[in-house]
Amino acid sequence: MNLHFPKITVWRVIFAGIMLSGLFATYLRVMYGLGGSTNMSDKFPWGLWIAFDVMCGVGLAAGGFTLVAIVHIFNIEEYKPVLRPAILTAFLGYSLVVVGLLFDLGRPDRLWHPLVMWNPRSVMFEVAWCVTLYTTVLFLEFLPMVFEKFGWHKPLEWIHKISVPLMILGVLLSTLHQSSLGSLFLIVPEKLYPLWYTPILPLLFWVSAIAVGLAMTIFESWHSSRAFGRALELPLLASMGRVMAVLLSVYLWIRLLDMGHRHVFGLLGLNRTETWLFWLEIALMAIPTVLLFQAKVRMRPGALYACAVMVVFGFITNRLNVGITGLEAGSGTHYIPKWSEVAVTLSIVAAGFAIFHFVAQNFPVFEAAVHEPAREEQEDQVAV
Amino acid sequence: MHRLQLPYNDKIAAEESISAHKLTAVETHGERYSRRLCMNCQQPACASVCPVGALQKTALGPVVYDADKCMGCRYCMQACPFQVPSYEWDKRLPKVRKCDMCFERQSKGKPTACTEACPVGATACGERDELLAEARKRIAEKPGGYYNKVYGVNEVGGTAVLYLSAVPFEQIGLRTNVPMEALPETTWRVLELVPDVVSTGTVLLGGIWWITNRRAEVAKKEGRRR
Repeated sequence: MNLHFPKITVWRVIFAGIMLSGLFATYLRVMYGLGGSTNMSDKFPWGLWIAFDVMCGVGLAAGGFTLVAIVHIFNIEEYKPVLRPAILTAFLGYSLVVVGLLFDLGRPDRLWHPLVMWNPRSVMFEVAWCVTLYTTVLFLEFLPMVFEKFGWHKPLEWIHKISVPLMILGVLLSTLHQSSLGSLFLIVPEKLYPLWYTPILPLLFWVSAIAVGLAMTIFESWHSSRAFGRALELPLLASMGRVMAVLLSVYLWIRLLDMGHRHVFGLLGLNRTETWLFWLEIALMAIPTVLLFQAKVRMRPGALYACAVMVVFGFITNRLNVGITGLEAGSGTHYIPKWSEVAVTLSIVAAGFAIFHFVAQNFPVFEAAVHEPAREEQEDQVAV
Repeated sequence: MHRLQLPYNDKIAAEESISAHKLTAVETHGERYSRRLCMNCQQPACASVCPVGALQKTALGPVVYDADKCMGCRYCMQACPFQVPSYEWDKRLPKVRKCDMCFERQSKGKPTACTEACPVGATACGERDELLAEARKRIAEKPGGYYNKVYGVNEVGGTAVLYLSAVPFEQIGLRTNVPMEALPETTWRVLELVPDVVSTGTVLLGGIWWITNRRAEVAKKEGRRR
């Protein structure tokens, strides 16, 4: 066998560095427990692994259900070219959320407990069930890419037969748990800072997840077009940008109304960390919204990409604000993640990028069945 | 139920906060002392949020914990308005720790260990109604001697632990910013909508699919005919 030493590039060095630090952090987690590997405490029991790996991970993977709904339920065919990358992202995203949970749970060997020991009054119980079922749905939605790759026609037909109920189930499950990640925090009214605590947290989480799902799809398309030398589906991405602008306007408008009803505008005058991080979050969502309403921004790949990145970071800031910043004052403590928490999180993100790249290179993700005949041609070749 | 084997020494005795190795602790507030322990809420947030039902409110009163079920998500710690549950952060197989009002002793008809140990009767134990009546009687008998409220009557919908104080509660470290509503209500209001969302969503999505799919099929057929 001919072994090639991989070419050393800046990105590969960074990747290796991140993975090595993650490996060492994993060692600390296994040997010294959560105490030895995180800065969490009795007063601050949830840290970066919940706020980023779980809350952002699930949200950033929302493109899967958003695009399935657009393409297969609303039957808007133009969006088909970006459906498969979105499903792949979602499947990877959810799998990595499970990896994140294995780090975060005190007893990862008991990950399966909620499936057997029920408490239907718990939001976490609902999230556990939805995430389990939806990851299964995503696996089934991803399978056709594997079947096509190896030219397995029979199973491809089976999957096709159950695809509609499967997709409806996927959209429902996503709606439930995307919103429930917000409901998790309804039980801490005295702890979560009033800029973020609102009874409509579930609604806000759901709408922002849909918007960031589209942003992630634009983000992926742009990167994969560079990595694989594909042509960018610009008119399609521009139209997604338009939808995103509308969604974000609705989102920001609901938040504005809600803050008005709860009389919290006065808090914006306080010189506190919360105020500044709140403005950062709003700016990262409002600026791209305004920009995306202009056709000349949408039609410029670089500008469109920048808007998508801003939305992604705005979303991440929001989840970190709800999951960390907003809880510090109410918990009477400060929390800064330990290096090992950051290392694990970065490793999970880096692994996500690497696996996506590998799958996109080796499976029919981007050259997906845009035109039915094209796929048949491909299959014939395999059959020969 | 696991029997607790907690370490004890002078250093731990001097600690003023509850933790995984000290389930009740006496705080000093100026010249007053005030003891912290799990409030064993009437409608406990911790039990309502636990995805595996490891925490349960017993009919007897105590909120008990089953370590064999717990998967360590620590949602109970996040949800507790009194920041009571503690975690064994440094153990490889950690458990949540909190006072369970001596559930084992109480179910055998014995008083809680803290009541039995206190030489001056600063802690009493019994039926909640009777304790509340006793508290109100003491306030009435000695006007000015007590702050005119009992902590725990309405706090987060009522707690099994009640406090009488000579001074306003915040001066002895009790939380006065907690809601008077039972916290499980906040999440239940949303969770109870799940069946509605699922059924309406199925009909809506199925209907939309049926319409758009039919439209596409018709368009395809008509296109062929032309």
